[in-house]
Amino acid sequence: MKRFVLLVLIAFGALMFYGVSTLPDRADPRAPANLEESAAGSPVAQDYYIRHAYEDAHTPNMVTVILADYRAYDTLGETMVIFAAGLACFLILRRRRQEDLEEWEESEGLEESEESKEDGTRS
Amino acid sequence: MERGREGIDPMRGYYDDRIVALSSRLVVPFIQLFALYVVFHGHYSPGGGFQGGAMLAASFLLIRLSVGSDGAQLQFRKGWGTPGSSIGTLIYLVTGLSTLLLGGYFLDYSQLPLGMGESETRSMGILIVEIGVAVAVACTLTAIYDDLVGEEGRRGSPHDA
Repeated sequence: MKRFVLLVLIAFGALMFYGVSTLPDRADPRAPANLEESAAGSPVAQDYYIRHAYEDAHTPNMVTVILADYRAYDTLGETMVIFAAGLACFLILRRRRQEDLEEWEESEGLEESEESKEDGTRS
Repeated sequence: MERGREGIDPMRGYYDDRIVALSSRLVVPFIQLFALYVVFHGHYSPGGGFQGGAMLAASFLLIRLSVGSDGAQLQFRKGWGTPGSSIGTLIYLVTGLSTLLLGGYFLDYSQLPLGMGESETRSMGILIVEIGVAVAVACTLTAIYDDLVGEEGRRGSPHDA
C-alpha cells in the first residue's frame, strides 16, 4: 500500500512538473494572457491594466491598483468575510464559554476531590 | 509567581520569564513599524492592508503570548477587537458610499473631496481603503485570539477546551 501511494505521488509530481514546464515565461509578450486580444478576438483586461494603471491611479504598484481600485468591490467583500469570521467567533465562543463556566461551577462540587488529587500527583 | 507553578493552561496563564518578556517587548515596536511601512508603502512595493494588518496583529499576539493577556491590556485592550474590526470595515464602506453620494460610482475614489487631481485622489482613496483593511484585519485576528482564550483570572478546567 505504501509503495502504491508513493508511485501515485511520483506520477502526480511528474504530471505537475510536465504542466509547469510548458507554461509561458514571465512577461512573455506572446503568452495568451499578455496579448492585446484573446484568441476569440475580445480585449484582454490585463493589457488595459498594464497600459493605464499608472495614469488612472498615480500608483506605481499595479497590483495595488487592481486590488484596491479596479477590483475594489472584491476587496470590500474580502474585508467583510474577515469581519464576519471575527463576528462569528465572538458570537459562538463568548456564549459557549459563559454556559460552560456555569455548568462547570455547578458540577464543581462533585469533581473537586478528584481534581485536587490529580494536581497533587502532578506537582 | 504563584501562577507559573500551578501547571495551568499556558494559553491562559503565563510563566513569569523575564528573558521572553523583555526580548518580545524589544522586538514588538520594530514589528509594528514594519507593519506600518508595509501598509503605507503598498503603493510602491509588495504589501498592503491585509499583510500589514496581519503583521500588526502578530505584534499584539506576541505580547499576549509572552507576558500574558493581563499585561497585554496595556497595549491593546480585549474590548477593542470587535469594535475595531467593524470600524475598519466601516472606513472602507463609508469611503465607497460617500463617492456614491458625491455623484460617482460606488468606490469611485476620484469623487472624494481632497482637492487634488483625479489620479492623485484615486491614489489617496486607495490609501484610505488600505488603512481600513489593515485596521479590520489586525483587530479581527486579535479578537479571535481573545475569544479563543476566554476570560482571564480563573483557573483553567478540562471543560474549557
